[in-house]
Amino acid sequence: MAKELFFIIIGSIFVNNFVFSRFLGNCPFLGVSNKTETAIGMGIATTFVLTMTAVAAYFIQNYVLAPFGLEPFLQIVSFILVIASLVQLVEMVILKVSPALYNAFGIFLPLITTNCIVMAVALLIPMNNYNLIKSIALGLGAGLGFTLALALMSGIREDLEFADVPEALRGPAIVFITAGLLSLIFLGFTGLVPLA
Amino acid sequence: MADIIITSVLSMGGLGLLLGGGLALASKKLAVETDPRVDAIIEALPGANCGACGYPGCSGLAKAIAEGKAPVNTCPVGGAPVAEKIAKIMGMDEAIASTERKVARVLCQGGKTEAKVKSEYHGIKTCKAASMINNGPKACPFACIGFGDCKKVCPVGAITMGENGLPYVDEEKCIGCGLCAQECPKDVLALIPEKNEVRVSCRATMKAKDTRAVCTAGCIACKQCEKVCPFDAIHVNNNVAMIDYEKCRNCMLCVEKCPTGTITSTFAERKKAVIIEEKCIGCTLCAKNCPVNAISGEVKKVHKVDQDICIGCGICQEKCRKDAIKMVRNGQKDCDTCTAVK
Repeated sequence: MAKELFFIIIGSIFVNNFVFSRFLGNCPFLGVSNKTETAIGMGIATTFVLTMTAVAAYFIQNYVLAPFGLEPFLQIVSFILVIASLVQLVEMVILKVSPALYNAFGIFLPLITTNCIVMAVALLIPMNNYNLIKSIALGLGAGLGFTLALALMSGIREDLEFADVPEALRGPAIVFITAGLLSLIFLGFTGLVPLA
Repeated sequence: MADIIITSVLSMGGLGLLLGGGLALASKKLAVETDPRVDAIIEALPGANCGACGYPGCSGLAKAIAEGKAPVNTCPVGGAPVAEKIAKIMGMDEAIASTERKVARVLCQGGKTEAKVKSEYHGIKTCKAASMINNGPKACPFACIGFGDCKKVCPVGAITMGENGLPYVDEEKCIGCGLCAQECPKDVLALIPEKNEVRVSCRATMKAKDTRAVCTAGCIACKQCEKVCPFDAIHVNNNVAMIDYEKCRNCMLCVEKCPTGTITSTFAERKKAVIIEEKCIGCTLCAKNCPVNAISGEVKKVHKVDQDICIGCGICQEKCRKDAIKMVRNGQKDCDTCTAVK
């Protein structure tokens, strides 16, 4: 069990990194990777939401969708519903508990609703028949992987500001190229963990 | 089949109800008291988040205004209309809040052909860097350096660099944020009320002879503008003419008189007063108040404005109680029944 959990977490951080291997969540990945500080903030917020979503998705799947035989066509709809309300709830809780943290997250928090990694995690759980603990591990791993991707990218982008980039490649172009190279590097992790 | 439909409707409806109810409950329980004025002010602000006010975005400014840390007219983009709206939200008198629209203007005519160059500059191509070396490459220490720092900093692209090496401000695009005026190391750009069309395009405080030696368009402090101004609005101070924008009425007499062409106006021609015949009741109020006696006419008869004499100061328009006088610029036709004398 512990070994399997370890595999799930390491697998979703490195081997099947949601950004670099599955190419999900590219919008926030490119959008908020300007500064390391905000990038890590976004990563942590997303990790939090992802873990919560994994729990919620597990319960929805096993106690609502599966018993009534609704999984094939209501899966996406119900997950969207859950994710949206979950993010809302998280936002309210953070605003109440820690306004400072709320200000730090700022616009990122509501943006997570539309992050497709969240949806992917929710859909992967029934697909792999994960139990609750494994679901949480997947959510956590996906979040950490996303944080890692953002941290790497923002670090590179901060240095890129001072680099002598050819004029035609300045701006988003060089960022896409960098992202592609990073993705190739992550390809090297293939086979690190035997994944189910 | 019907089974599936019913279960799916029920389960999704129940789920939605549960989540919705939970959220409603949570929003009640976790409600954080916020100032309702903040939301109202955010609504009133332009929402461009340009940062020209010095606060992080419109919401930052709204918060500061609601807390009383910033005056209601802080937003330079929204200008008077927005300031009035915010004043209403804050329960203030609207009149205090209104601000006139300001635009950036270039107060230097020392372009490549007018101003002499004292040294060739081969450094970093920014005005800031160039101004640090021996006061800039131009002989006049007040002259525009012309590398376009103002153009780079303009958030709306209102500034272009002309062929003569001087910036040109598109006043329609200008939002009056003042970033260019801050950026310019020579203070060539200044925010001036939009209604003031006439300005002195020189700030050189050297003596006439020295100014003349370095620039053909510089102010030589001859004081002719001072003498010709009917409104006491222009004075030569410290070897350069200065306009009192409160007093200036854009009559352009100084623009015509200035021997060096230093005083310029936004428009080539002045406005002229024209009388709308139907509305004029012949009260002679306009004729009495005209500083140049351009208006003639007998009591209870329609008056006439001598377009050759009229300097377009607009005093008659202000005095007329019947709204019978319009200020019209040549070429602009916004009045069909006016007795234009030409």
